[in-house]
Amino acid sequence: MRTAFIETLFELAKEDERIVLVTGDLGFGVVTTFMEQLPRQFVNAGVAEQNMTGLAAGMALSGKIAFTYSIANFPVLRCLEQIRNDVCYHNANVRVVSVGGGMCYGALGISHHATEDLAIMRSLPNLLVVAPGDPVEARLATRALIEHDGPAYLRLGRAGEPEVHQSQPEFQLGKAIKVREGRDITLISTGGQLYDSMRAAEELAEMGIEARVLSMHTLKPLDTEAVLAAARETSAIFTVEEHSVLGGLGGAVAEVLMESDVRPQYFKRIGLNSTFSSIVGDQDYLRAKYGLDKTGIVKSVRSVLVESFA
Amino acid sequence: MNRTENITLQELSARVRRHSVLMTNRAKASHVGSSLSMAELLAVLYGQTLRVDPQRPDWPERDRFILSKGHGCAALYAVLAEVGFFPLDWLETFYSDGSRLPGHATHTHVPGVEISTGSLGHGLSVAAGMALAARRDGKSHRVFCLLSDGECDEGSIWEPALFAPHHRLDNLVVIVDYNKIQSLGTVKEVLDLDPLADKWRAFGWAVEEIDGHNLEEVQTAFSRIPLERERPTCIIAHTVKGKGITFMENKLLWHYRTPQGEEFEAALRELGDPA
Repeated sequence: MRTAFIETLFELAKEDERIVLVTGDLGFGVVTTFMEQLPRQFVNAGVAEQNMTGLAAGMALSGKIAFTYSIANFPVLRCLEQIRNDVCYHNANVRVVSVGGGMCYGALGISHHATEDLAIMRSLPNLLVVAPGDPVEARLATRALIEHDGPAYLRLGRAGEPEVHQSQPEFQLGKAIKVREGRDITLISTGGQLYDSMRAAEELAEMGIEARVLSMHTLKPLDTEAVLAAARETSAIFTVEEHSVLGGLGGAVAEVLMESDVRPQYFKRIGLNSTFSSIVGDQDYLRAKYGLDKTGIVKSVRSVLVESFA
Repeated sequence: MNRTENITLQELSARVRRHSVLMTNRAKASHVGSSLSMAELLAVLYGQTLRVDPQRPDWPERDRFILSKGHGCAALYAVLAEVGFFPLDWLETFYSDGSRLPGHATHTHVPGVEISTGSLGHGLSVAAGMALAARRDGKSHRVFCLLSDGECDEGSIWEPALFAPHHRLDNLVVIVDYNKIQSLGTVKEVLDLDPLADKWRAFGWAVEEIDGHNLEEVQTAFSRIPLERERPTCIIAHTVKGKGITFMENKLLWHYRTPQGEEFEAALRELGDPA
């Protein structure tokens, strides 16, 4: 996703000099081409995320489309008030880009795990919250964010994730992509959990459970139509996110369902149970530990269905 | 450019003071001392220095002014109204229900307020971003950012303080309203900033210290901006909190206390009648 993002941004920036990339001194080997070939559209704010975000706001208020860039929580939590006051309140054209959403930087420890960012960013007025499901979506999201007017948060994974989409899907910010059709249950996934959700759906199919899979690449505004359709047309909804179960995708979907007149028979949020991962391991290892890999998702689905039918 | 042709800068600063007292009285608001200490600075900026056009607040070539110490906004609203950005009677609505003018500088619905502030330590990075954008776009406008002294406790001031000289932003100007009193005590007691000029110099700024109440000194300093080519400018204005009203001067209490009753009457008497 990281590579898909930077390659797309570079291509777009060559054609549109309003685009500026403001990094907090991160992106070794990633932002290099951009930095060397478009120096007038590149700024290194230093290891200073508050400055990075304020600079981006100032540049955006001067007509630029500014992308701030750093990893995990650094461009989000460290400078949250700058995002709220300077970016969101002014409706400035800043896109906050975080590479390494969730536990991508697994073994680096909890300082490098972004597992509450979606909940926090979702609560900020004016801010669009986007977490693409695979590199294909990351490319499309980056492109769409140039057209969008107003601030946005783009939560990316790492480099080298598998592409889930075999062809280019129809992509629209705020509109979920139905990646797999299914009549029994729905898995709603956000960000890089899409691949494991798809694999889980395949395994569930072998057990006779047909799962619809939605890639909810935009958390805000949430595609309520897709959620309600899932509630009407399938009997259970599971949200899957590499994030706390509090306030992120699971929270957003629950909010929609509770205020609607359609309820799924069963609903469960799959994610981190408001915990810090103090276990050491890479992303795959940690996903498995916290029930976010294929096996974990299948287990969650089965336990709910078995309990409910018992 | 002088938009207040019929009145002197002396009179403009006096009006800013008077409005600040009237506004904080009517609103039962705090921060009158913080407004009074920058009356001359704002009068020179808006009466003379800034290239702005009240008829065209969004004019792309305008100089930008950011009041990073957003709590001093009574004085900012006052000077904006005096030079014609919006009607003077708006000032009577400061703090009131449904008004456009809240207690920290706000850009929404207030022509002339460049950005909203209120949480300290935000303005300078935004100003630096504006200055950098102007530089890269080959524009000649300048960006002024007025800080409080207490605000310089914020680490987020020193990030752009490091950034701006590195990028040689000589179109960026910091003015520190150094009135020596912050929220819970004097600057010396809370977190001593001295030697403040040396700190900015060490970061690479061209620095000048002035008496922030001496109109001539303020005018001269502002007319020499940038003090050095290829360096951002920092004007440290030594000021007095509560300046102009003897019983408020240098009193921490007047960071918070609102002028009411006899104190209000006494304050107005000291400021004299408006010209």
